[in-house]
Amino acid sequence: MSTKKTAFSEFMSDARYIASTNKLTFGAALILLALVVLAVIGPAIAPYDPIATDAAKTLLKPSWAHPFGTDALGRDILSRVIYATRLDLGIAVGAVAVSFFIGLALGSIAGYAGGWTDTIIGRLMDTIMAFPLFVLAMGIVAALGNNVFNIMVATAIINLPFYTRFARAEVNVISKLTYVEAARMGGNGSVRILATHITPNILPKMVVQASLNLGWAILNAAGLSFIGLGVRPPTPEWGIMVSEGAPYIFSGEWWTFVFPGLALVIAVFCFNLVGDGLRDLIDPRART
Amino acid sequence: MTKQLLSVQDLSIDFLTRRGRVQALEDVSFTVSEGEILGIVGESGSGKSVLSYSIMGLSDKAANIRSGSIDFRGVPLKPEKMADLRGREISMVFQSPRTALNPIRKVGHQIEDVLRRHTPLRGKVLKSAAIEALARVRIPDPERRYEAYPFEMSGGMCQRVMIAMALACKPALLICDEPTTGLDVTTQAVIMDLVRDLVAETKMAAILITHDLALAGEYCDRIAVMHAGHIVEVAQSRSFPNELKHPYTERLFAALPSAAANLSELAIIPGSLPDLRGALPPCRYIARCERAKEDCSLGPLPWTKIDSDHLVRCRYPK
Amino acid sequence: MNTLITILRRVLVAVPTIIGVVIVTFILQRALPGDPAVFYAGPSANPEVVARVREQLGLDQPVFMQFLDFIRRLTHGDLGLSISSGHPVLDDLLSRAPASIELTLAALLFAIVVGLPLGMLAALKPGTLVDHACRVIVTVGAAFPTFFVALILIFVFYYQLGIAPEPLGQLNEIYDTIPTTVTGFLLIDTLLAGDTATFQSVAMKLVLPMISLGLFALAPIARITRAAMLETLSSDYCRTARAMGLSYSRMVFSYALRNAMLPIISILGMVFSFLLGGSVLVEQVFAWPGIGAYAVSAVMASDYAAVQGFVLLMAVLYVLLNLVVDLVITAIDPRVRYEH
Ligand SMILES: Nc1ncnc2c1ncn2[C@@H]1O[C@H](COP(=O)(O)OP(=O)(O)OP(=O)(O)O)[C@@H](O)[C@H]1O
Ligand code: SF4
Ligand SMILES: [Mg+2]
Repeated sequence: MSTKKTAFSEFMSDARYIASTNKLTFGAALILLALVVLAVIGPAIAPYDPIATDAAKTLLKPSWAHPFGTDALGRDILSRVIYATRLDLGIAVGAVAVSFFIGLALGSIAGYAGGWTDTIIGRLMDTIMAFPLFVLAMGIVAALGNNVFNIMVATAIINLPFYTRFARAEVNVISKLTYVEAARMGGNGSVRILATHITPNILPKMVVQASLNLGWAILNAAGLSFIGLGVRPPTPEWGIMVSEGAPYIFSGEWWTFVFPGLALVIAVFCFNLVGDGLRDLIDPRART
Repeated sequence: MTKQLLSVQDLSIDFLTRRGRVQALEDVSFTVSEGEILGIVGESGSGKSVLSYSIMGLSDKAANIRSGSIDFRGVPLKPEKMADLRGREISMVFQSPRTALNPIRKVGHQIEDVLRRHTPLRGKVLKSAAIEALARVRIPDPERRYEAYPFEMSGGMCQRVMIAMALACKPALLICDEPTTGLDVTTQAVIMDLVRDLVAETKMAAILITHDLALAGEYCDRIAVMHAGHIVEVAQSRSFPNELKHPYTERLFAALPSAAANLSELAIIPGSLPDLRGALPPCRYIARCERAKEDCSLGPLPWTKIDSDHLVRCRYPK
Repeated sequence: MNTLITILRRVLVAVPTIIGVVIVTFILQRALPGDPAVFYAGPSANPEVVARVREQLGLDQPVFMQFLDFIRRLTHGDLGLSISSGHPVLDDLLSRAPASIELTLAALLFAIVVGLPLGMLAALKPGTLVDHACRVIVTVGAAFPTFFVALILIFVFYYQLGIAPEPLGQLNEIYDTIPTTVTGFLLIDTLLAGDTATFQSVAMKLVLPMISLGLFALAPIARITRAAMLETLSSDYCRTARAMGLSYSRMVFSYALRNAMLPIISILGMVFSFLLGGSVLVEQVFAWPGIGAYAVSAVMASDYAAVQGFVLLMAVLYVLLNLVVDLVITAIDPRVRYEH
């Protein structure tokens, strides 16, 4: 028990060290936390109803009453941006979680079993990677049906190869280590060895991988909804808000697309920075 | 009387690092004459590589030459002139020959790069000069090897290519930093015989840096022993191991010719190198020395001259 | 001879990938919601008509037979008819592909021309302003969605400053004369026609889309260049190069950069994936007459044959680009060449 505690306090001191040497990462982590809080309590604190239109208040400039202005239907952009947080983060986190667990399972099986299983899983992932991933996601959404759930599915599928390959490589290395051999000699079953000896060792690096991936997942999902897939109006979502605001560029109503776009940028930026920070913490050698 | 080629006087080098000032070399002095092989031996971290890099003018950016001078042919080496001298007058061969060669360039072309830099040779003549350089280090079938990539050759063969490259412009001084570490014993002997023969054929001088005391004893004319950034004793090889005066070298060589002849596996001297950061006593061996007296920690450490070729840096040489 | 065999082997490796791509594309088509026969027969069709359409489309056959039929039609270049344009999908795609390729290649060029020197300078002068600038561009560039960058550029350079041409399509349809189609690439065709004015106009219209798309590819290129150069510059062979007195430029270019090119070129595979995906978004913003914008409207119109053809074409393009990447690496790295 005591060793666990020191390991934990060591981790914390490392975390403090990184936080202090890299204020930017620390700041990003704080903003991220704020975004998560916003995703949870956003609807409670948003000043207006995000879908209530008001013909008298269309395309208002940012002001005290509407800090981000209003859109062409008179909806408050700030409220819409706040409401959208839940959906945008939800899609990304959901998609990454799905590919994380399926990828972990597939990769572990492939890396541990080797042989045909490995070849088949590897080929499958190669085939996914043979597509430009965003294009594949478009195809998947078009095929499965144009809704939010399928956006998540598509994003999960195009992320899957990264996790599978990563888990496979790690498992392959670890399963050859002596203590795993010893466990095998000791008559432990494959599932047991995977669950107790291998998976716990690759989880930290996988989590780093996931956090590095979240920003990219957000970008993909937002891209899909930008071209009109998945999210339907009037649902507030950052990607679709940017695309709804885009036509007003030609009449100078920049706030219609700039604020939702910035929300996207900030979220992705923070996920990337925090992912980098986590990687430095857990796997310092992988740094580039 | 042979002519003195390189003379290092009172060289002191610090590294400014985040964790303090590393006093890597202090008051290092020695000379090398034409046609001579000088061995430099010492434990890992004693400063051998720092010394050779500073002669080459390849020191790390963090290195700070606190004092001293390096004269080559009686003229101080200037940093801005070094690029022209390197590879032409002074050359260097490194450990781990496989990684020391550019992995995606034909070895012949790598030798040509050196020749093109320092000679007016071009075209066909250039190529035949490169092949000749390969032949000089007794590489069989040099025309074919010219076309080879490093990964197609053995470690020993790569080291010969490195030497061929270093000697392509017929330099006056060759520095070999652990040239045979990592090679098998037969290849070691072949490489060292080669270096010795090449020194004998030309009037070239060589500095051989090694962990291997037996190897140094066999191939060098004189040996300098380093300890924690100091040269503690320099003498003719024939003085080794019986006429040694410094307590460190004495103990070091007393173990010869046992299995511990290789310094990297050496554990015969109790204690370890002092931390080179922060304040250091005048004699850096004092913590490990059984002869130490009170005045050893007072005032600067003198050089004691045993004879014209034999210098010891100790207050109480045997 | 040896090289030829290696090239052939690389090409052969791409074959199973293409087969995989075709299978996935087929599955995507089968996974479509609803009954395609009902869809193709139109809203007013009665059950007999639907049945006839189903038979015509081969949908009454077992899946495996349908797959064989799909393959057979593919080998004839038959990707089906687009219901929105009424033309064969292949014709539609081929007539629009040059615009997309022109945009993608221009963006790639932009990303390389800016990203490579940036990463190199950052590695050569660590801790300096260039290094910091590189790091900022890399982190910020990776966080900006392509479509958002495109809109900002339009807002600033077209709406605010007025120095960019109207962000609609490749040509100004009123003022520019459309060159006779030779290659389909407008930049080339206008030059062939000797119409420098139109060439200029086309080039100007390319600038903003190119930068929007290229910025997203720039980040990975600069990042990997910096990392790879840092590694090769501190390598043993660069130390050797310096110990032999080689000039700084030779060490940097022949020794460090050439070795760093291997990871840089390898990452281009991923960059192409970004570019081809991002081009859809950029085309959408700039009303670019390419296959991306075509695909988006096809998805919206549930024009399945067109979507499928688009996905297949993009995948084949991507496989081919990866093949080129592989071949370039083979050309640079002797170790790969001799691998068996
Ligand atoms: N760039 C540097 N920055 C800080 N300290 C350095 C640097 N280079 C060398 N040193 C220090 O200088 C001392 C001498 O190192 P050097 O590499 O010369 O040892 P060496 O005798 O060549 O050892 P080895 O036999 O392992 O090669 C060491 O304590 C090392 O830590
Ligand atoms: S000077 Fe004194 S402490 Fe140093 S080696 Fe000689 S006797 Fe030992
Ligand atoms: Mg050394």
